[in-house]
This record gives sequence, C-alpha cells and structure tokens, in this order.
Amino acid sequence: MNLADAFDEPAFVPYLCVGDPSVERTREYVQALVRGGADVLELGLPFSEPIAEGPTIQGSVVRALEAGTTPEQYFEFVDSLDVDVPVVCMTYYNLLYQYGDSEAQRASDASGEAASDGPESFVERAAEVGISGFVIPDLPAEEAGPLRAACDDHGLDLVFIVAPTTEGDRLERMVELSSGYLYVQARLGVTGAKADVSDQTEASLAKVSQYDIPKAVGFGVSSGDQARHIVEAGADGVIVGSALVDVVAEHGDPDGDDVPERLEAKARELSEGVAAGAENMAKPEGQ
Amino acid sequence: MSHETQRGADETEDRDGTFGRYGGQYVPEALMPAVQELEDAYERYVLNNVDGFVDEFRRRLRDFGGRPTPLQRADRLSDRLDREVYLKREDLLHGGAHKLNNALGQVLLAKYMGKERIVAETGAGQHGTATAMAAAHLDMPCEVYMGTRDIQRQRPNVFRMRLNGSEVNPVSAGRGTLKEAINETMRDWATNVEDTHYVIGSVVGPHPFPEMVRTFQSVISEEARAQVQEQAGQLPDSVVACAGGGSNTMGTFHEFVGDESVDLFAVEAGGSSLAVDEETGVAPNSASLSTGTEGVLHGARTKLLQDSDGNVVESHSVSSGLDYAGVGPELAHLVDTERVTPVNVDDDEALEAFHLLSQEEGIIPALESAHAVAFARANPEQLGGLTVINVSGRGDKDLESVIEETENRELENAPGMDIFERAAGGSGGGL
Repeated sequence: MNLADAFDEPAFVPYLCVGDPSVERTREYVQALVRGGADVLELGLPFSEPIAEGPTIQGSVVRALEAGTTPEQYFEFVDSLDVDVPVVCMTYYNLLYQYGDSEAQRASDASGEAASDGPESFVERAAEVGISGFVIPDLPAEEAGPLRAACDDHGLDLVFIVAPTTEGDRLERMVELSSGYLYVQARLGVTGAKADVSDQTEASLAKVSQYDIPKAVGFGVSSGDQARHIVEAGADGVIVGSALVDVVAEHGDPDGDDVPERLEAKARELSEGVAAGAENMAKPEGQ
Repeated sequence: MSHETQRGADETEDRDGTFGRYGGQYVPEALMPAVQELEDAYERYVLNNVDGFVDEFRRRLRDFGGRPTPLQRADRLSDRLDREVYLKREDLLHGGAHKLNNALGQVLLAKYMGKERIVAETGAGQHGTATAMAAAHLDMPCEVYMGTRDIQRQRPNVFRMRLNGSEVNPVSAGRGTLKEAINETMRDWATNVEDTHYVIGSVVGPHPFPEMVRTFQSVISEEARAQVQEQAGQLPDSVVACAGGGSNTMGTFHEFVGDESVDLFAVEAGGSSLAVDEETGVAPNSASLSTGTEGVLHGARTKLLQDSDGNVVESHSVSSGLDYAGVGPELAHLVDTERVTPVNVDDDEALEAFHLLSQEEGIIPALESAHAVAFARANPEQLGGLTVINVSGRGDKDLESVIEETENRELENAPGMDIFERAAGGSGGGL
C-alpha cells in the first residue's frame, strides 16, 4: 500500500506497541483504532533500550517484552492483520541489525570474519508481511545508507524524524533520503502526551514546507483540539502515541475491560480533530 | 610530565568516527546537531589546543587532580609471580579512581563550548562523583542519573555527589542499573540539548565520545610509558587493565598500542558464568569482548551482550563498575585485530585478588582493578618478564559489598569475616 497516498487528505496516524499486554489484545486495539478513523498505523516492535521514548511508551515496551514479544511474532501479527490501512514499523536499529542469520553471525564472530549482513533480512521479511515503511528513531541519516538501500530493493518507505534542531545541509540530506512522509518532531525531548500545541510546531512545519513530501507531526499530541490546530498549521498528518498507550496501560480491569471501546473513542476524537482542521484549511482557499 | 606529546597530531585515522567495523553515531535526530557540535569542539580545543584548552586541562589535572600518579613496583607481588610487576596507581588520583581524567576534561570542554549545564550517568557512582567534583570545581550545575538499585548499593557515593552540589536523579526503569541510567541521561540530553553537555563516563556512545574519552584517559599510558622506562629502563612485556565500558583500559593501553612488543590484556568480568540465559534475558557476566556479538547500543556499533532477537540483556558482575552489557568500539576493534587479548576472571578470583593486594601490598583496590590483578596472578607465564597493571581505583567504595560477598563464598585467602561483625552490625538495610 502506498504510504504517501494515505496523506492525500490530512491523516490520523496512531501508534501502539505490539504485544502490550499481549499480541492478541493488540489485534483488538488496532481494529478499534481503525474503526475510530486511523489512516496509517505506526506499530511499535519492542526493543529493550527505547532511548527516544518518554515514560508512557517505555512502560508499554517493557510490558510487551515481558509478555515475550519477539520480532517474528510481530511479523506474524502484521501478516495476519485484516485492516485496510498501511502499517509502518517503528523500532530501533539493533533489532533490524540482528534479525535473521543470528546463528550464522555468531559463528562468523567466533571465527573473526565479517558478521551481520545488516538490515537486509529484516526488510525482506517486513516486505513479505506487508509492512509499508519504517521509523527508526536511533538511525540518523548519516548511518542510514544500508537501510535505505534495502528499503529501495524491497519497495518500502523509510521515514525520518525532523527534529527542532535539524537544519541546513542535514535537513536537505534527510529529505533526500526520506520517502512516505516526514515525521516532524513537535518539540525537543522524548515522546509523551502534552496538553498544549508546541510553539515549535509552526516553525518546524515552515522549515519543511518547501519539500514535496507529506509532513506528519508527532511528540506530545493528545487531544482532538491539538490535532485540529496542527492540521491548520499545515500538517498533512498527526501522529499520536502516548495518549493512546495511556488507555492501553489501564487494561485488565476485573470487571471486563473496555480498552477497545475507549481506544476507539479516543481515536475518533483525534481523527475528527484532523478532519475539522482539514475542513478549516479548505475553506479560505476552497473553490 | 616528561613524556610530553602533542596528542592528536598522529590520530587522524578515525576522522569518520569508526574503528574498523565499530563506532558510528546511532542517536536520535534531535541529538545529531549536538553530537556534531561536540565533534567540532573536540577537534578545536582538545586536538588543536585552541584557547589553550589542553594547557588548562593539564594544569587542572595536576593541581586539582594530583597528577602524575605514581608507577610503583609491587615488591611482594613481583616475588610471588617471579617477575617484575609494576602498578599504575590511578587509585591515588583525586576521587579515588581514573574517572576524574575524563570528567574534568569534559566539564572543562563544556565550559569552553559555552554550555550551562552538565548531565551524567553513573553506575557504581565513580563517574558520577568524578563529574560532580569536576562540576563543583568548575562551577557548573550538574545532574547525575543513577539506577535505584545502584543508589541502594552505593549510598556513600550518592552522598558525595550531593555534597559537591549535584542533583542525583533516580532511574527506576529495568533493573535500575547503568544501562537504564545511560538511556535516561540520553533522554535528558535530547530534551535540553541546546544548553546542556552530556559527560558520558566511558569510551562508549556516539562519535566523538569514544575517541574523546580515550584521549582524556590516555594520560594514564602517557605517564606509565615514560615512568616504566625511567624506572626499569625498558618497555614492559605486557600491560594489564580491567575492562567494563573500557575507559581505563583504553587509557592504559593507548600509548602502548604502537609498541608491538607489548602484549595488552583486557580483563573482563566473568561474573559467575560466561553463559547467557535467554529465558530471563540475563548474562551472569559482563564479558562483552569475550562473548558478545556485534550490535548497536547507546549510539555505537560494538560488541554487546544480547539475545538472539537483538534485545540487550542484563549483565552482572560483583564489581558494579564493570557491570555493563556493551564495550567501547575502539576496544572491540583492537580485539578483532588481535592487538588486544580479551581475558576474564570470575567473581571469586577477583575477590581473592582484592584480599591479596590488600594484605600483601597495603593497597585496597577497587573490585574492578582487582580483576586485572587476578588475571596476572593466575596467568603469570603470559605476562613476560615485566608487566604493568593498572590499579584503576581504590576499594573504599566496595568495602560493604566485599564483606558481604566474602562471607558468602569460600575464598582461600579471605580474612575471618567475624572481625567485621561489629562494624557491619546494626547498619540494617544500609548495604
């Protein structure tokens, strides 16, 4: 599924970490998000050292790892997902690096020969299960050559995060390497729900407005109102993680939990915010 | 210092930030400009001595730090091992460990860069205390991230940091040890990157940290190489240093790397076993050079302890300063090219060496350093006729864990632990 096409209309892009609290629950949650209006799904593959995440998503990653979620389970999960929106895999580089021939690598390490073949096997497997692209928060453009090449070979998109500190030549190079969409980081720091729209958002969007690629804003978005503001500021998409993971974190009420219902309601609030923003944007220039 | 070199002049081989297949800059995008700013500052001030940075660094290492540290012939250990054994006494550096060399260098560099705030991670607390001392000395606000478990194990070091005016922020994620403290410090840096410098504690992390920390720590081998020639009239046949992240290791080896006749031994913590338990995700050791596989951790491609999926496992050592799942990329490269020989000793051997050095040389070594002594003790035939062992730190910080651990084991040379009963009794949960 073409990732960029999903942003023809401003898109709502929810994130969840797969396996929190179990892969099967994640399936229900993801379906709820799609019912609530998700246009693209960012699905996290849990890694033990999530250095770009705030406490909310760290907690989710820990729970998913404690539940024993592995890359292979993740791929099987995505493969079996019956949803009509593109899936983006969000994880950290070491898992791509290790995937596949770890036994062969161990043997070659012992013999002192060149080891891992890099991200190739991981990308191949991702393409097989229908993943559309990647977001890898600890992989800056400088180190992304091998992954970009593997993505090109398999027709996958590679999404880079434009930080408030990204400027000049580095921004140019990053845009050149990017496909699918640009992930515009709305504020410095780590992921986590905030009540306000960062002042940084407009400046960050202005910085990338000249480039012909969809721009999705994330980091700190938690309400439909914020989502509307962000789209009005010119974003093609709004990424929401922590505010949804907060809902997931409350699973397991003995009285039967209503997490899917509440996720769907939250998703609807956010996707309606995105739609309202899009409508307001269309009015002034509308035909 | 008699062996005065203009460091860096001959070290241009790593300009792209890699050591063979290791190194690189695997950090979140928000940090990349800061990492590149640091690269520029490192080249300008540290390699090219702009504004007299190196002169001021050396002066402060001398006046504040107490350098040079002695190289001392260990008389009884020499007799026992039937060869010349010299100890490089980094335990005598201010703060009681080699850590100050790096902390002082980085805090001073942050000042030259115009940064206004210091953050650092610490495991055992040695890097945290060194950074807190350097920050107080240079009048910089400092916050140190430390795992909750380490805070419990190393209370005196927490007090020292607080006394020097630093904030200590507990990190409760994971097992609450060094790995999680590094993650959390990176998050702080990513949030406050514009005015903050991250003083990383070892030769790990994204370029230029591994090279820069090694450069600051190389004063150890610079001195030792001159001192051994002055005292013994020759280069050593071998140099031995313990290896966790690898900062004292690289500092002790660096000036000897070009001396092909000198064997270099990096002694890792074998813990209680060299195996990795995939089920629990725990390695009961910290031997990433000996048993680790290539991966990406904390900003660099290096050797690390990980499960078959690529999740990083929890390491273990009786010595918390060696308790780390990764290792510096340059050291990993020197092992691959067979310039450095990785070896390991287990917890029991390290404790026995701790007692040996305490009893026979009058030096209570850090448990980290005891690993280096333990290797020498068990493998004298590999040392050649003259060896230099780096005593990276003093053992005061380890007394409570040594007493506790010694009681639980059968060690051939341990003193009777009943002598500690009065001292340890009543301290309750203070261990």
